[in-house]
Amino acid sequence: MAETATTTTPRIQPGSTRRKALPNWVFLFPGIYFGWVLTKGEAISWYRIEEMFYFGSFHMYGIFMSAVVVGALSIWLIRKLGIKTWDGETIEIPKKRFHKGYILGGFIFGLGWALTGACPGPLYAQVGAGFTVVIVTLLSAIAGTWVYAAWRDKLPH
Amino acid sequence: MIDFLRHPWPWYVAGPLIGLTVPLLLLLGNKRLGISSTFRQICAACVPGRISFLRYDWKKQSWNLYFVAGIFLGGFLAGHVLANPEPVQVSAHMRELLQQWHIHMGAGLLPEQWFNWHQLLSWQGILLTVVGGFLVGFGTRYGEGCTSGHGIFGLSSLQWPSLIATMAFFAGGILSAHLIVPLLFK
Repeated sequence: MAETATTTTPRIQPGSTRRKALPNWVFLFPGIYFGWVLTKGEAISWYRIEEMFYFGSFHMYGIFMSAVVVGALSIWLIRKLGIKTWDGETIEIPKKRFHKGYILGGFIFGLGWALTGACPGPLYAQVGAGFTVVIVTLLSAIAGTWVYAAWRDKLPH
Repeated sequence: MIDFLRHPWPWYVAGPLIGLTVPLLLLLGNKRLGISSTFRQICAACVPGRISFLRYDWKKQSWNLYFVAGIFLGGFLAGHVLANPEPVQVSAHMRELLQQWHIHMGAGLLPEQWFNWHQLLSWQGILLTVVGGFLVGFGTRYGEGCTSGHGIFGLSSLQWPSLIATMAFFAGGILSAHLIVPLLFK
């Protein structure tokens, strides 16, 4: 018995650095990080969103622009240096394929955004911050997605 | 220390740290930042019906459900446990506008006088939550993304469709903020 156990023990292959993919629950942690920075940056504030739409302050525009610059630089570096994921996969960014929904749907989302004072990410953070009534907003957003799914074939794309 | 943690951050601290979520998710497991897809996930998990758009293996992509659970916790820590005790420092112009709208700014990040369970039954409350939320959920799926998926991730990966979508978000938002929102607080 002891003999078979030793022969079936997997050996570490030299040169193979492949790790196992992270389980889904690990993404709770970058979520906490994202929720924390969104909240501390007041990007989940209804006041800040209205102020942005009235061009009252640079705050939200500064957040967007600096976030995009940092995001773009990181993607550029990842590509330039050929950095792989934790488990050794090549990083892939699928191309977004444009259709009319980007304009029509985007516009409809914008109409709602000014009312709720939050886009989807901040909605979850607002509930966490103690505005429990925003649960209704989230449920309604889920309903909105469901209605889109049901009407999808009839809408122009 | 606690006081320091309670402080809100200026845009040049918050913005770059928000941007770092993009490489963080890519490096941890080839995940593309995006939040509105979680609404579809919840539909697929709870009420898929016979809709083909909702019949897929949502469990495979459940990382994003954990991610938004994390956002909730982050909001709880930063906005409740270590909440800023001061009102949001909006511009003078915004303060004037809020006065015209009869909104009293408390310490919270949202106007507590409107975002509460009691006001949910008023027509304004319904517009701010039920109608607003519906438009957000419908529009983001139709446009295939929200401010994170298009505005941050899409623009960071230099995809022009995301730029058009982001411009559409702002067109809708500016119109709504100027024409609809003031009607609620007359």
